[in-house]
Amino acid sequence: MADRQFCTFYIDGHYLGIDVVEVQEVIRYQAMTPVPLAAPEVSGLINLRGQIVTALDLRQRFGMPERPEGTLPMNVVVRTNDGSVSLLVDEIGDVLDVDDRTFERPPETLDAATRRLVRGAYKLDGQLLLVLETDRAAALAA
Amino acid sequence: MSELDEVVNEFVVESYENLDQLDRDLLALEDDPDDPGVLASIFRTIHTVKGTCGFLGFAKLESISHVGENLLSRLRDGELRLTPDMANALLALSDAVRAMLGEIERTGTEGDTDYSALRETLTRLNAGDAPAGEAEDERLGEMLVADDVATEEQVTEAVARQILGDERKIGQILVEEAGAPATQVAKVLERQTEARGSVADSTIRVDVRLLDNLMTLVGELVLARNQIVQLVTEQDDTTLIATSQRLSLITTELQEGAMKTRMQPIGNVWSKFPRVVRDLAAACNKAVRVEMKGEETELDKTIIESIKDPLTHLVRNAVDHGIEPREARVAMGKPAEGRLLVRAFHEGGQVNIEISDDGGGIDATKVRAKAVERGLLTADEAARMTERDLCQLIFEPGFSTADQITNVSGRGVGMDVVKTNIERIGGTVDVTTAVGEGTTFRIKIPLTLAIIPALIVTSGDERFAIPQINLLELVRIDGAEAATAIEHLHGTPVYRLRGNLLPLVHLHEHLGQVRDGERDVINIVVLRADDRTFGLVVEGISDSAEIVVKPLGNHFKGLTTYAGATILGDGRVALILDVMGLAQQANVVSETRDRSMTEATERVSEDSEETTAALLFRTPDDGRMALPLSLVDRLEEIAATSIEHTGDSEVVQYRGDILPIVRLSQVLPERRLVPRNGGDELAPDILQVVVVRNGEQRAGLVVEQILDIVRQPVALEPGARSGVVGTTVVSDRVTEVIDLPAVLSMAGLDERASVAAGV
Repeated sequence: MADRQFCTFYIDGHYLGIDVVEVQEVIRYQAMTPVPLAAPEVSGLINLRGQIVTALDLRQRFGMPERPEGTLPMNVVVRTNDGSVSLLVDEIGDVLDVDDRTFERPPETLDAATRRLVRGAYKLDGQLLLVLETDRAAALAA
Repeated sequence: MSELDEVVNEFVVESYENLDQLDRDLLALEDDPDDPGVLASIFRTIHTVKGTCGFLGFAKLESISHVGENLLSRLRDGELRLTPDMANALLALSDAVRAMLGEIERTGTEGDTDYSALRETLTRLNAGDAPAGEAEDERLGEMLVADDVATEEQVTEAVARQILGDERKIGQILVEEAGAPATQVAKVLERQTEARGSVADSTIRVDVRLLDNLMTLVGELVLARNQIVQLVTEQDDTTLIATSQRLSLITTELQEGAMKTRMQPIGNVWSKFPRVVRDLAAACNKAVRVEMKGEETELDKTIIESIKDPLTHLVRNAVDHGIEPREARVAMGKPAEGRLLVRAFHEGGQVNIEISDDGGGIDATKVRAKAVERGLLTADEAARMTERDLCQLIFEPGFSTADQITNVSGRGVGMDVVKTNIERIGGTVDVTTAVGEGTTFRIKIPLTLAIIPALIVTSGDERFAIPQINLLELVRIDGAEAATAIEHLHGTPVYRLRGNLLPLVHLHEHLGQVRDGERDVINIVVLRADDRTFGLVVEGISDSAEIVVKPLGNHFKGLTTYAGATILGDGRVALILDVMGLAQQANVVSETRDRSMTEATERVSEDSEETTAALLFRTPDDGRMALPLSLVDRLEEIAATSIEHTGDSEVVQYRGDILPIVRLSQVLPERRLVPRNGGDELAPDILQVVVVRNGEQRAGLVVEQILDIVRQPVALEPGARSGVVGTTVVSDRVTEVIDLPAVLSMAGLDERASVAAGV
């Protein structure tokens, strides 16, 4: 198998990545319009050059604690079957080339909710890169 | 797509249109069998189909249209007179051609359905001694003779050959037998066709997708324009300001133009109704006359598409359930022939469609019994409901009052689907009925879906857009009144609006927003959902704007509070409230049984057939006057300081124009100011101005206070004074109705208008 490139980012100290082919763009924090009554994961709507894009908070998605006050999330805009969706993350990392041989499926012991959202992990030097199951993370219907 | 495919495609599309026309013509012909114009039109349609499919090689289609053409040509020449049998056969022919066209569209072939029975019927009806196709060919022959392409003898001979069974065309015979030059025959043929179809040259066919695309782009442009206009307000570069105004103007025009390209007359949908009704009435042994008014009313194509089925359903229903069988009608003293009226008209940026029949009406007692039987209501609930509300139950899923399930309708699917479909495009449907007299369905739909006018309100620091179509009025309560204005009825907030209880929904509570402290101003947006009215309490009213509706993604499935989202002038996203959804969630629609308000308004409009909307205002002398709303352009508040003087008249700059100001107190002597408390308060800083339009002339009418908008019966006591049309009673008070042309002329404005018109 060929090597792949991953767009990496951090949420709550975890190191995650999305295959670059699934990423439309990465942008700074945008003013958001909250949507009252929507699911808690929905942070709001952003205006991406005239296109209205839903922003989902990945911390909420993974059931992680809320982002500390005063820090602004970044938008990783991904392409999905239902159009573009922005995933809110804490911080953007590098674009990494990874060796497919270092890939491993998520361990069975991982809690079910997280397992659903993670394709697996690449064993990098000194840390693990979790690969996001993008379509599932960007959709809400459990 | 290959070139030939394209030709075939065009042929199919064109023929469909022609067939619709044919159906209409045939029905018209039944009323007046001798109308030569209609006969000629029918003949042309079938002839064109025949001619084109001959050219394209659809032999079967050609041969069947040929048989029909023969019959038609004899009808046209007055040799035969249209009988119901013939009409049936010709309609069947139109169906057959349609079926084959459908087959061609799908598979590219004519299919293998056997139409020999139809052919025989047509031939039998045509039984007589005149030869087939003679009339048409002679005409071509005449043209050929006139052009010296062939001699009269040659043509006569060719026609004789046809009579003897030569199946070739007359032109062909002439070319092959008499040696007439083929190119010239072709030219004459072309001219003959041209003479029939020259109207088509001024139009072109455009792919709808292209128009959709254009509309999307225009929508984006409108958004960008809105943003630019907002940005420019912070600049003081005059060139930039002028340019942005120009951009704004052009964008608006472009938007209107783009919208027009997608507009179609509603008659396109209706054209099928006479046929539907005719067949259905025949099947039910009823006689029904269809009347249509306002076929030319235009609607966006996408909307036309989505109302086609609901409308057809309503029409079928009216014939099947509404109108009684002949005998029953006669027994009740009604004319044997039922009447179905389909009417469309524009009103306030919306299209109204009415489908009314003079049939048996909906029996509320039956509905009540059925509702209880179906378990939709308890007997108790049903007993408490008014007849009007009971009638709305027919829109509930699984409801049908037809005693007998026919194959046409009455299976309990239908009315709820009609309602859902109409609501999906932001429309409303309403029914009024009187037992024994008939039923009317009233549908209101927006002109277009893509760009809609909306009111922007604020709640919890966020802005929300409310489609104007749902908006009835705005109520602002401030000062001491605010504390007591909202009352509670078993915990439900209500507001007394002109004596009627208006159920209220607090937007911030509904959205679960936190409210920072009490406010001393209450803003109520009075909205209409279904036939109910309710008030939405919002924090602030921000603006009105043209917004581009964008759908919300999958993440918001099941969230009926919003109809979509839009981008506002500052680039921020705002949610569009779905008034229907909001009302349903807040239980305003389904549970609030306090209808005094709706009923009151309904009664007014039912009492007097003809009512017009009128603006009610207070004059400086504390009197009340009314002005027909149709003459009102806008209501404005204008700062007294912005009034300028030219000569001895007052004007104000208004939207790039000069607007003459008319003070009623100066024009109407009896409306002179009554000084109160020494008169200091008589010069308010802000003037309430009603911008009126009388023909080309616009003017600003200064009034003391805008009071209300009322439905006012036209019945008037003629007025004795100049400047007053007459007096009428509005809300139990005698009110004078202003005579706008007279007032403007008294203010010396009509002369200027005529001068301007003369330039």
